[in-house]
Amino acid sequence: MPADSLPSDAQSAPASYRGSHAFCRRVLPWLPVAPIALITAIPVLVVMSALADPDQEIWQHLWQYVLPELLVNTFWLVLGVGLGVTILGVSLAWLTAACEFPGRRFFSWALLLPLALPAYVTAFVWLGLFDFSAPLPTWLRDEYGILALPPVRSRGGVILVMSLALYPYVYLTARAAFQGQGRRLMEAAQSLGLSRWQGFWRVALPMARPGIMAGLLLAIMETLADFGTVSVFNYNTFTTAIYKAWFSLFSLPAAAQLASILIFFVFVVALLEYQLRAKRSYAASTRAASTPTRIRLQGGQGLLALAWCSGVFALAFLLPVGQILDWTLDVWETDLDARYLEFAWHSLLLSGLGALLVGALALTLGYAQRLHPTPALRVTARLATLGYALPGAVLAVGIFIPVAWLDNQLIDHLGLDGQILGGTLAVMLLAYCARFLAVSFGPLESGLGRISRSVDEAAQSLGVVGAKRLVRVHLPMLRVSILTAAALTFVDIMKELPITLMTRPFGWDTLAVRVFEMTSEGEWERAALPAAAIALVGLLPILFLIRNTDHAKA
Amino acid sequence: MRKLILTALALTTLATGATAAEVVVYSARNEQLIKPLFDAYTKETGVQVKFITDKEGPLLARLKAEGRNTPADMLMTVDAGNLWQASEEGLLQPVKSKVLNDHIPTHLRDPGSEWFGLSVRARTVVYNKNKVMPGELTTYEGLASPNWKGRLCLRTSKKVYNQSLVAMMIHEYGEEKTEKVVRGWVANQATDPFPDDTKAMEAVAAGLCDATIVNTYYFGRLMEKKPNLPLGIYWPNQNLKSANAGVHVNVSGAGITKHAKHPQEAIKLLEWLSSDKAQNLYADKNMEYPANARIKPDPVVAGWGSFKQNLINVSEAGKLQAKATMLMDRVGYK
Repeated sequence: MPADSLPSDAQSAPASYRGSHAFCRRVLPWLPVAPIALITAIPVLVVMSALADPDQEIWQHLWQYVLPELLVNTFWLVLGVGLGVTILGVSLAWLTAACEFPGRRFFSWALLLPLALPAYVTAFVWLGLFDFSAPLPTWLRDEYGILALPPVRSRGGVILVMSLALYPYVYLTARAAFQGQGRRLMEAAQSLGLSRWQGFWRVALPMARPGIMAGLLLAIMETLADFGTVSVFNYNTFTTAIYKAWFSLFSLPAAAQLASILIFFVFVVALLEYQLRAKRSYAASTRAASTPTRIRLQGGQGLLALAWCSGVFALAFLLPVGQILDWTLDVWETDLDARYLEFAWHSLLLSGLGALLVGALALTLGYAQRLHPTPALRVTARLATLGYALPGAVLAVGIFIPVAWLDNQLIDHLGLDGQILGGTLAVMLLAYCARFLAVSFGPLESGLGRISRSVDEAAQSLGVVGAKRLVRVHLPMLRVSILTAAALTFVDIMKELPITLMTRPFGWDTLAVRVFEMTSEGEWERAALPAAAIALVGLLPILFLIRNTDHAKA
Repeated sequence: MRKLILTALALTTLATGATAAEVVVYSARNEQLIKPLFDAYTKETGVQVKFITDKEGPLLARLKAEGRNTPADMLMTVDAGNLWQASEEGLLQPVKSKVLNDHIPTHLRDPGSEWFGLSVRARTVVYNKNKVMPGELTTYEGLASPNWKGRLCLRTSKKVYNQSLVAMMIHEYGEEKTEKVVRGWVANQATDPFPDDTKAMEAVAAGLCDATIVNTYYFGRLMEKKPNLPLGIYWPNQNLKSANAGVHVNVSGAGITKHAKHPQEAIKLLEWLSSDKAQNLYADKNMEYPANARIKPDPVVAGWGSFKQNLINVSEAGKLQAKATMLMDRVGYK
C-alpha cells in the first residue's frame, strides 16, 4: 500500500506555472463547482430561511410533547439501521467480491435487487404478512396456539425492514472497494503472517472504509429523510415531526425549521466523517485491478455463505416481490392499460437523463476536489450533497419556490403568457440534482480516493495532463465507481416521489406517481402493479451494472 | 435525443398555452377517482380539464409560490381542513352560485362560499359482531369508558381524518372534555395505533380488539374483498339531545383559486360536479356519500343503513385542526 505522501498538483507544477497561474488555479475549480453547489444550496437556503421566524407556540408544543420521543426514536433507528446495513452490506460484499462459493455469481447481482423496490412498499408487505391479523400469525395462533410472535410494528421491526431495504447501498460501495483492492493486498497481508480472517479484519476492511462509509452515509441520510416507511410502522421520527408541523399544524415554517436542524446535523456528521478519512490514504496499488484470486470457501464454509446470501435475498427481495406479484395478479386485468407504456417511458427517461446529469455533476465535483483539495472546496462538496438528507417534500418546496419566483419575474417583466420554467424537464432534472447529488458523489469520491496519486504523476511524466488525463487514465480506472453511481441514482430517481409530483408537467405521470395515486387512499394491492413495474424497469441498470463490473474482473 | 427535447418543449407549450375552453385543476383527490369525472365533463361540454395530483400540503405551497400567475383554476382536496387552510391563506375566492348553494347543504360548504364539499366521508364505528353486545356501542365518547378497556383499535393521530374528528369534538364539547375522551381512547387501546383504517379493521376482525373508528369507504372496500369478515358498521351519536349531534362527517371538496385564469369555466365545472348526474359518479367511485342530499348513494353503501350527520359546519375541522393535533400529542395518542 503506497503511502500517499506525493505532492499535490499545484506543488508539483513547474515553477514557471506558479506566478501568473496561481490566481487562475485558485479560481478555476470554482467555475464548475460553484454552480453545482448552488443547485443544492438555493433550495436548502430557502428551507433554512424559515429559521428567521420561529413560531413560539408550535415550538413550545413540539419541545414539550413531540421532540423527546422522536429524538430517542430517531437515535435508535439511525443506530439500528446503520449497524444493520453495515453488517449486511459488508458481509455480502466481501463474500461476493473476494470469495468463491456455490451461487456466488448469481448473488453478486441478485443481492442488489432490493434496491429496485420502494422501501415503503416493502414495509407494507411486511406488515401484511406478519402483523397480528396476517395469515401466518393467524395460522400459528389457530393451529399451535403460538401467541407471542415478536410484534412487527415495533422499533425492531422498522429497523429490520429498513436495513433489508437499504443494505444495497453499502453492499454496492463496499463491493466496489473490495474489488478495487485486488489480490495483492491480501497476499501482502498473508506474507506478513496474517490469516485470511485476520487479513480481512486488519487490512481489507480498513482499506475499504471510505467505500463502506460512502454507502453507510447514503443509507443514514435516506433513513433520516424517510417518511413512507416509518409511517407504515407508525414509528415517529424527526421526519414525521416535520410533516406533522406542516400538514397537521399547518405550519410550513416550523417544518422548515425542523428540517434545517436535520440538515445541520447531517452536515456536521458528513464533515466529521470526511475529516477522519482525509487523514489517511486509501489508494490501492496501481496494479490492484489485476485479476484477483478468490478465496475458495470449502464445504461447510461454502454452504454457510450460501445460506447467508440466500436468507438475506429471500427476506429482502423474494418475500416482498412474491407478495407484490400476488397482488398484481389480482389487479392487472383491470388496471393495466396502454398508459403503462407511457408511465414506464417517462420513468426511464427521467431516471436515465437524471442519472447522466447527476453523475456528470458529481464527477465534476469529485474531480475538482481531487485536483484542489482545499478546505473550502471540501466543505462546499459536503454542502452540495446535503439535499439527500432532507425529507423529499420539504426539498421539493425549497426547489419550487425559487423556480416559481423566477417564472413570476419573467412573466411580469417580459409579459409572458404563463410559466416557462415550471413543469419542464429541465427543472425536474435540476431538482433531481439537488436531491441525488450525494448518491452519485459518494461512490465516485471513494473511487477517486482509491486511485493513487502516483498514477497522476506517472501520467504527467508521460505528458498526459488535464482533460486528457481524466479521459485516458482516470475514467477507465473509475469505471466501476461511475457505473455504481449511475445505477444507484437511476434507481433512486425511479422511486422518487415528492419532487416528481411537484415539478412534473401536466398529465405527465410516472410509475412512481402511479404508486402514489394508489397508496394515498390505501389501495396497496392496486399499487402493486406500478411497484412491480418499477422493480422490472429498475432491474435494467442493475443488470447492466453487474454485467459491466463483475465479468471484467471475475 | 432531439425528439426528447422536442417532446419536452411541446409539453412546456402545452402547459402554458392556455385556451379559453379549459379548466386547470390541482387535485389531492386521486387520479383514478377524478379522471372519469373530468372525462365525462369533457365529453359533455367539450371543455378540456387539465389536472395535476399531489398531496394537499405541497399543492398549497405551490399555489402560494405561484401567486397571481398560477395556472390553477380549481383546488380539490379530500378533507375540509385543507380547504379551510387554503381559504385562510387567501388562495381561494368566494363563489356566488345559486346552483352550488342549492345542491350542497350548508354544513358541507364554507360559510364564506370559498369552497364546497362534493362528497361526504363518514367516520364511524366498525366492530366485531362476535364480540360486541348490542347496547355496548353508543357514541364516540362511549368508547372512552372503562367498559372498553383493552378492546379498542385506533388509526394513527397523524391522519387528518382523526384530526378532523377530534377538532369537531373540541367544537362540540370544548377542549377539556374532548381531552378526557381522547385520553380514554388511548387508555383503552389493545395495541399501538395502526397506519391505516384497513389494518385497524383487520385487527378487529382477527380478534385483537373489538372496535375501531374508520371512514366507511374503507369498510366497503374491505368487505367487498373479504365478505366473510365478522365486521359490522355502527352509527354513533344518533340519539343525543343536541340538534347538531350525529355521525362525524368530512368532505372531499373543491374551491376556485383566487387568481384563476378561467373562473367562469371553473365555476361551471364545480356546479356540474355538484349536479345530479355527476354526484353519483363522484361519490360511488370510492363508496362515499354524495354531498348533494337529493342523490341516493350507491346501493351497497345505502345497504349500511341511513344515519344522521353531525351538522356542525365542516370548516371547524380546519379551524381547530392544530388544536386537535396538539391535544392528541398531549394525551400520547401516537
